[in-house]
Amino acid sequence: MFSRKNLRPARNTRKKTKLKDGLWLKCESCGEILYRRELDQSCWICPKCNFHFRIGHRKYIELLLDEGGLEEVDKGLVPVDPLRFPKYKEKYRSSRKKTGMEEGIVSGRAVIQGIEVIFAATDFAFMGGSMGSVVGERVARAARLALAEHKPFVMLTASGGGARMQEGIFSLMQMPKTSAEVALLKQAHIPYINILTHPTMAGVMASFASLGDVIIAEPGALLGFTGPRVIEQTIGEKLPPGFQRSEFLLEHGFVDIVCSRRDLRETVARILSLLAEPHKEPSTQT
Amino acid sequence: MAEFLLDFEKPIVELEKRIEALKGLEGVDSEIAKLQKQAEKLRRKVYSRLTRWQIVQLARHPRRPYTLDLIPYLFTDFTELHGDRGFADDPAIVAGIARFRGRSLALVGHQKGHDTKERIRRNFGMPHPEGYRKALRIYKLAEKFGMPVINFVDTPGADPGVGAEERGQSEAIARNLQEIAILRTPILVIVTGEGGSGGALAIGIGDRIYMLEYSFYSTISPEGCASILWRDSAKAPQAAEALKFTSRDNLDHGVIDGVIPEPSGGAHRDWQHTAKFIADQIAQALAELEGLSHEELIAKRIEKFRKVGKFKTIR
Ligand SMILES: [Zn+2]
Repeated sequence: MFSRKNLRPARNTRKKTKLKDGLWLKCESCGEILYRRELDQSCWICPKCNFHFRIGHRKYIELLLDEGGLEEVDKGLVPVDPLRFPKYKEKYRSSRKKTGMEEGIVSGRAVIQGIEVIFAATDFAFMGGSMGSVVGERVARAARLALAEHKPFVMLTASGGGARMQEGIFSLMQMPKTSAEVALLKQAHIPYINILTHPTMAGVMASFASLGDVIIAEPGALLGFTGPRVIEQTIGEKLPPGFQRSEFLLEHGFVDIVCSRRDLRETVARILSLLAEPHKEPSTQT
Repeated sequence: MAEFLLDFEKPIVELEKRIEALKGLEGVDSEIAKLQKQAEKLRRKVYSRLTRWQIVQLARHPRRPYTLDLIPYLFTDFTELHGDRGFADDPAIVAGIARFRGRSLALVGHQKGHDTKERIRRNFGMPHPEGYRKALRIYKLAEKFGMPVINFVDTPGADPGVGAEERGQSEAIARNLQEIAILRTPILVIVTGEGGSGGALAIGIGDRIYMLEYSFYSTISPEGCASILWRDSAKAPQAAEALKFTSRDNLDHGVIDGVIPEPSGGAHRDWQHTAKFIADQIAQALAELEGLSHEELIAKRIEKFRKVGKFKTIR
């Protein structure tokens, strides 16, 4: 197993669930017992060790977007199991039931500190936030909407699964599809911001999640192409603590800013306001 | 090199050897004819019902022609160009410029090795970020000088190691996808063997994608899929069936533009004819694409990417 000592000690799942149901829960990183309501009020960040608990898209909408939240577009797109892949339908149904989502993404119009944006977020709770045809299509459409309405595109990812295996080649081909839309946004000089959260991996990381004009990551998020377990199996040794974490990517030049969840909204708004100053007519030539 | 035979090749090759042994002897013409007929029948029988796993084995055949094996049959004046100008030269991807039927073009392809030493030097055809970045450098060169790009895809996948992560494998793949989408020159892709996930994709998309008959193109290796699905990589044959990733499958899925036939028995048995079939396909595709303006070319390319995906709208 991948050593997550610094960030995530081995956890006892049963115990965790028990605690989660109650008023108290244990920090996955430092083991501190925390009061649930307090944690909820502090963006789900451990006051003792700064560990960022995983939160879903609903919480991000609450934390990042102005009142009114997300005006969702492209709802009602659902997968079709094109390969009749073993257990895909069951997996999809149980994810849908568990999360109340139609797919692993939400997208639409939103406002961040007064700035109108197109916002989309993948959600790890739904099949690991993996990208099948629907996720790819909605990212692509969100980018096109940003282009059509001339609004910045803010894309938050929590996609540990990368390209969704169950849709085979169709998933893989969402990578060029989404990346092409980003290319068009860039040609039009429309800001594209990535917010990378734990975890963003493989096919998602190797396409639209790595292409932002500015890339912001939450602290301690696992971000990379190959999963740490596969790397460890390949090299036959344990990876050092912090490998493929946000801070590691910052150090190696693949992330602009590691930003506490608490400051995300202000940071995104500030960057957008700087990039889109009204006196700067975007040039149409590329 | 020692002969390498797949199980299902053995009876065919045995017959062929018997035929060879008889050749030159007196009075065995009818015997030879009989055996040849038998061999042809057997070949047809075996190759018409290959399982997906057998196709994987053919795609991974150690005598399969790799990019540098095909180039002499396909092009003249091949000039290999090295390095990404940032970090290193990746031997798992070869790139360069050459001439094809009188016109110049750019080439990029994965490169495996035929012997142990070369396999290790080429990292089994698994690229590092600098490989994708070298490819991108050549794409830009091609764009600048108005040369079409031909990509040859044959990789188990991206390198799953530490250095590849440190040097931004994800970013390198993503950037290629972004830049290929708007590159102002025709891009062809020929999947010749293994189309392994992101490592293939980074040089594996364009205006036309063709696959050799016994190749596959997949989001995950059959072994990787099997270990996720059944926690047992030995179930790769079942995973291959589930993934439906052969040339025919991908043509049925509408994800590729054509299947390039292979010589009898597979590409490894006849490199020259394999190259001939590839050359014909390249010529045809270039003729189709070269009449288009850059704007038309890019618009059609992006439209093609947009169309891929299967879903339904429930309200
Ligand atoms: Zn803590």
